[in-house]
This record gives sequence, structure tokens and C-alpha cells, in this order.
Amino acid sequence: MISLLSVSGLRVGFGRNPQANEVVRGVSFDLADGETLAIVGESGSGKSVTALSINRLVDYGGGRITGGSIKLRRADGSTFDLTAAAEPQLTKIRGGEIGMIFQEPMTSLNPVLTIGWQIEESFRLHRGLTGRRATAAAKDALDRVRIPDAARRLKYTPNQLSGGMLQRVMIAMAIACNPRLLIADEPTTALDVTVQAQIMALLAELKQETGMSMIFITHDIGLVAGIADKVMVMQGGEAVEQGALNQILDDPQHPYTRHLLHAVPHFAGGGATRRDAQREKQKAAEPALKVDGLVVRFPVKGGFLSRTSGAVHAVDGVDFELMPGETLAVVGESGSGKSTTARAILGLVRSTRGTISASARKAAAGQSALPVQMVFQNPYGSLNPRLTVENLLAEPVIATGGRITAETRAKMAALLKRVGLPENSLQRYPHEFSGGQRQRLCIARALMLNPSVIVLDEAVSALDVSVQARVLKLLIELQREFGLAYLFISHDMAVVERIAHRIAVIYAGQIVEIGDARSVLSEPKHSYTKQLIAAVPTIDRRHERFELDTRQVPSLVRPLGFEPGPANWQQFGPDHRARVEV
Amino acid sequence: MNYLMRRLATFPLVLLGVSIVVFLAIRMVPGDSITAMLGTEAGLLTPQQRDALAAYFGIDQPWFIQYWRWLLGLFQGNLGISSTYGRPVLDVILEHFPLTLELALLSMVIALLVGMPAGIFAATHNEKLSDLGVRVVAMIGQSTPNFVLALLIIYTLSAGFGVLPAMGEFSPLWQDPLRNLGQLLLPAITLGFAFAASVTRISRSAMLDVLSDDYVRTARSKGVSARGVIWRHALPNALIPVVTLSGIEFGYLLGGAVIVEQIYALPGLGRMVLDAILQRDYALVQGSVLFIAFNFMIVNLLVDLAYVALDPRIRLSEH
Repeated sequence: MISLLSVSGLRVGFGRNPQANEVVRGVSFDLADGETLAIVGESGSGKSVTALSINRLVDYGGGRITGGSIKLRRADGSTFDLTAAAEPQLTKIRGGEIGMIFQEPMTSLNPVLTIGWQIEESFRLHRGLTGRRATAAAKDALDRVRIPDAARRLKYTPNQLSGGMLQRVMIAMAIACNPRLLIADEPTTALDVTVQAQIMALLAELKQETGMSMIFITHDIGLVAGIADKVMVMQGGEAVEQGALNQILDDPQHPYTRHLLHAVPHFAGGGATRRDAQREKQKAAEPALKVDGLVVRFPVKGGFLSRTSGAVHAVDGVDFELMPGETLAVVGESGSGKSTTARAILGLVRSTRGTISASARKAAAGQSALPVQMVFQNPYGSLNPRLTVENLLAEPVIATGGRITAETRAKMAALLKRVGLPENSLQRYPHEFSGGQRQRLCIARALMLNPSVIVLDEAVSALDVSVQARVLKLLIELQREFGLAYLFISHDMAVVERIAHRIAVIYAGQIVEIGDARSVLSEPKHSYTKQLIAAVPTIDRRHERFELDTRQVPSLVRPLGFEPGPANWQQFGPDHRARVEV
Repeated sequence: MNYLMRRLATFPLVLLGVSIVVFLAIRMVPGDSITAMLGTEAGLLTPQQRDALAAYFGIDQPWFIQYWRWLLGLFQGNLGISSTYGRPVLDVILEHFPLTLELALLSMVIALLVGMPAGIFAATHNEKLSDLGVRVVAMIGQSTPNFVLALLIIYTLSAGFGVLPAMGEFSPLWQDPLRNLGQLLLPAITLGFAFAASVTRISRSAMLDVLSDDYVRTARSKGVSARGVIWRHALPNALIPVVTLSGIEFGYLLGGAVIVEQIYALPGLGRMVLDAILQRDYALVQGSVLFIAFNFMIVNLLVDLAYVALDPRIRLSEH
């Protein structure tokens, strides 16, 4: 009798000649009943293709299994080779014996069908349930993933639910018919860190309840500590190392595994913060950026003749100072107002009130300078694909009324070299560069106008973990070299820990805690900061349970004329204060 | 409901704009209704006779007085009297409209019945020989002028089978449905062919888009069969571009199909408007253009309402 799933020598290729374009090259592993295997790797490692080959969804992405076997022990004890199976047999196995959840809950559910219908469909297909019995089963499935008020939610369409809720619906759907294997392909990558913690906790509980096996795919080796029994590390289509969880995390053998564990930012609870704090050195200096009482509101229109009935209080009274050479990280979850703050500073959204003052550097004659520049999250979307690098770098200069002189050209070449791009880059187009290289381009572009402040809005979030580490290193070097001040917006605590001197935690449009990075991360005072930090996965917390929390995020829509009460702050150290909670 | 009222409130403004443009445009064309009516005999009129006729038709006044009078009439539900038919304009339009409406509906039904399945078929057989075949036929359909197609159909029927399309006096649907259908079927096929070709192309590309969406992958991971994926998951999401295209084409068809009506000798709106322009029948041209514009707006409104029914993410608002 074989184990539940046995994969041996799996090879998968793409295109017209799959043998020549293999992205998975000889992967083997076994999975016993109730066991969880984590597959860890960066983009292009072949981890998702391996997973999609197991239920043969890879066929629909243009992939072909070119070698090896995938054997599944079915519920009746017979062994079934998935590599040779025909489509009608596969539709019985998919959803019935192998469930799957995906990365993007927002796009993975059909937008025009109610979630109830979509869950019922699983019962119709595999259990033959119809009508009221299917509806009742769907409600039970939602209860199972701890969705409150399940009966009413069945009638919702996906656009009415948050990302975390949708991922629960996905899980409910995937495990509706009690599959014995659940494949989870980066199920929490698109979610906020506290929501991620809840989904991970839910998966752990469900695994215990049902005894199903799980294949958990992730790029974040920190995340596997909480859930996996076994770990397989993939790189370039091959499994470079696999073994029991503790063995891989404590005694990695392969250099790539070691790299993932040590060279990549992991959250260390304030133990890995920077030591080159700028505050004390320049007490008297002028701040590079000063934000005072910033408020950004968006009107909500409704009712007869679309009168303004209220406002979304996206940013509700934010103040901070940023010194030259200093990094202030603004952390918070999606919808907290951190990106709106950044955009208001750049003047990309109109602030309702408050003052923003930035001290500009003195520009050389004939050269333009702007005090604040920005680098955005998505390096693919923020470079015009039809402009050469030269034109992209020239753009800020032209936009501020400057002219392209020999000096400007020399500056372009020097900056490209400084951010580590090849010399012949000037005549190339953005698509010729990788994601990390493009983000370097964006950084070079931001430096063209000699700014004193750079706003980095999730600037490394879209990058692979190893690339992330290198871009962070570059940012720190540039900061020291040019005396730049960074406003670093991020949801990723591990990254923030590496780059921030100070941290501001933002929640529902307000800063709830601000101070020295080390002290905020190691001794959080506000309950929200505590919750945020507790949710960050680390390789040290193994199989640790996280309390399920089904509270909904508070609405930021307020009635007209609403003003928040004055903030009461409590000081916890020379540079650490938190809002007093009511 | 609120939204519907607001949309309907914009109708008069648009119609006002349309009416001014038409009013001026037709008066910029050289010639006048008296010359058009009397032909060469118009040269025999004495200046006094000509002035008397002009006064009778009301075209002796400056254009804005004429427009004002026409507008006043409009508010009383009076579109004026057609100079060629000698009857109220609205009566003339309503007499020709049922045929045009029926023809447009028939063409659209044919286009959707043929085009959607063909498009879905091509999308699910992407890059195969059968897909290529569908695409070639659709390309031919879109690029064939409809008078060529009409003549081909008539020629094939008469030379090949010795039958002629049912011509002669047009019989409305409510009098003789069979004969009516016989008269309209070939023109509807002629118009529906190009329409079907467009529907094929748009439903093919919409399906291809949707079939690579994440939720389709989710459906497959649940064990939904290939057919279920297409009909239950992909199609409802692919309908919006099809509805948009159909709405626009249908709106155009409601304005009449001049060439096809001419070839099949049908007394539709298109031919009526053409004749009215040639005859400088100002009242009839103005009235019918207003009528056509109104229909187009109604169709657009229906298309927008269809979006809401198809996709819960779309809400009705001013934007």
C-alpha cells in the first residue's frame, strides 16, 4: 500500500516543444495521510507548476507532463495514476478527492454568481445534492470556516466581501466534499498579515478536524514553521532539499536553503533593526519633511440628487517629522490610510487640511530639483513600456522645465551605474529588465531631481525575497551616500525591521503608535501594534496557535461634520509614544 | 428608479440638440421643397406664385422663426405635416416603423443565434483548424457589403431554384404572419450575416479572455466539466461586450437599412427618410431623425440596464 500521494521523477514542460522547455525537472516526494508538505521557492522555481500538475490543471495553462508519475491512493484503496488520466476521470477527482485554493481570493471566485451558488455547485457535482439540501450543505460549509451570519452571506456576490472573507469562502468550497488532499497555492500572499494569521490558524484547525493532507506552497519560509510537517525547497525546477520541518529550519544543508533562511529578511521582533540612528546626531537640524495635522477625506454621495451624505476619513490627523538621513516606516494594513498619506504628501490627492513642508536642496544653476520623489509598488506598471530608459530618466527633468544637457546625461549614466544596472541600459526598454532591475530603474528615476525625501510606497513588496534583500541593501547605501530621508510605506514587518529607524503604526487613518523602531517592535504598547506584531510569522514560532478573530474592520465612513476627538498620547521612552485607548 | 428618472430627464436635452443640427443641416443643402416637388415645372411659376407657395409651407420665414414654430408644435405633440404625403409626420413614421423594427429584431435574433455559438466554439477550439475556419468566415461576413450579399442571395434563389423572394405589396405581421415572414426572412438574413460575423468575433475574444481568468481555474479545480465551465462560469462573464455590440448594431438598424430595403423593395424607415431628404420634405426629415435618435437613446438605456442585470459589480450611477 502506497502513501496517499506519491510523486516520482515529475517533469513538466510548456509550449510546442515541452521537452525543451521544462520548468519542473524531476521532482519526487511522498505524502502520507494527515501530513502537510510545504513547498518553498521563489517565482520561477516551479513550485506552483508542481502543484497544478497534481490535479492536472497545468493542462489548461499550456503545460504537459513530460515524464514521471503522480500516484494517488483513492478513497476505495485503489491506486490511480494522475499523469495518464483522462479528463472525465479527472473531474471526479478534482474537488472530490483533491481540493485546491489559490493566491488571489478577489479574482478566484466568479464575480457574477453568488457565493452560495458556487459552494452548492461542489455539492451538486460530487454529492448529487440539489435544492434545499444543497443550500443547507453550503451553509454548513460556511459555518465550518467560521463565517458569521452564514445563511445571509450565501446570497452575497464576491464583490460584497473582503479578501479575508473570500479566502474563507474559497476554503469552504475546496473542502466542501471532504477531499483527502488540499493544495494551497500561496493562499495568504495577497492578504494582510493579521488576516493571514487567521487563515493559517483556520487551515491548521480544519486539518486537525478532518485529518486531510495538505500541500502548502509559499515563497515565505517563515510561514511554513506554523503549519508544515515536511518541507521541500525548490529552485530552478528542481527540489534542492527536502526533509522534516525542524531538520530543514535548524540544519539546512543546501546553500539555497541557507540563503532563504539567513540572507532574506525575517522578522526578529526588533532584534534586527538598524543601529545608525540619525536623531541624536542632529537634534538642531531642520526636518527634511514635516507633516502637521494631515487630513484627507473623500466625500460619499448618495440619496436624492446625490448630496454628500458623509465622508471616508482616509487620513484623520496625521503628524510626524522626518529628519535628513532617516527612515520613517509607516506600517498598517490595507485601507488604513498609509498609501493615501503618501499620495497626499506628493500632492497626488488633495488633502482636506493640514500642512506639509519639505526642505528642498539647493540645486545647481540650470538644474531642476524637487524635494520629494516617489517609488511605487509595482515596477511593471510604473514604467511606461514605450519609453527607453533614457527617456524615462529624462522625464522628471523635462517635466520640471529642465533641459537635457551633457550634464544630465552624465548624471543618468552615473545613477544607472550606482543602482547596479549595466551601462548599455540607456537605449533599452523596460520589458528587457527583470522586476528587481525595474525597481532599481524607478529608484534611479526618483534620484534624478536631487530629492531630499523619497516616499517608497510598498517599494519592495512585489519583488521576490532574495531580490527584496538586495534592493533593501541598495536603498540603505543610497541613503547614507546622499543623506536621503525615506518615508517607507509597508505592510511587511520583516522588511520594515531592516530599513526603519523609526516606525509609525497607522490604523483607521490615525497614527496609533510612533517611535524608535527597536522599541516599537520589541515592546509594542498599543493593542493594535501588539496584534500586528503577534501575527507576523517567524521561523521560531513552530506550530504555534493564533487566536481566531472574526471581528470586522471598522468602517471609515463617517457622517458629515464628524471630527475625531483630540488624541491623548502616552510617552513610553525617549522616542516612543502610543495613543491612549478608550 | 432614481437613476432611471435622471437618465430620462437628459432625453429632451439631447433631442433638442439633435433637432437643431438636423434643422440647419437640411436647410444647408441646395434646393428647396417647391423645386423638389414640381421638378422642371417649378421654372414656370411666377415669383408671386412661388412666394405664395413658400408662405403656405412656412419656408418664407428666417430659419429660427421656422424652428420656433416647429418646436412649439412639437410641445403640442404635433410634428407637422409631411409635404410629400400630405399627412401628419407622426402617422407617416409610425406606418413605416413596424417593418423596420421587425427587420432589426429578426436580424439580431439571427446574429445572436449564429454568432454566439460560433464564437464560443472558436474560443474553445483556439488556434485549431476549426477556429481558423470560423474566423475566416467571420472576416468574410464583416467585409462583404450587404448589397453584394443581397444580390447573391437573390441570384442564387432565382437562377438556382427558380424562385423569387416574395416581393409586391408588403403585408404587416398582424395581417398575414406567414407572408410577412416570407418577405422579411431574406432581408433579415442579409442584414444578420454581417451582424452575426461581428457577434462571432466579439464573443470569441470575450470568451478567450474569460477562459483564462482565475475563477475559471477555480471552477475546474472543483471538478466542473468542460461544458459546465463554458456555460455556467465563463459565458455569463463574457456577455457584456456582446450586449454592448448588439445594442449599437440594433440601434443603427432601427434607423432603417436603406440599401437592403431598396433591393428587397420594402417600405421601411430607411427608404422613407431617403425619399424625404430628396424631396426636401423638411417636416418629415426632422420628425424621423428625432424619432431615430429617441430610439437609439432607449436602446442605450436598455443596454445599461442589461449590464446591471448581468454583473452585480456594476451599479447604476451618474458616472
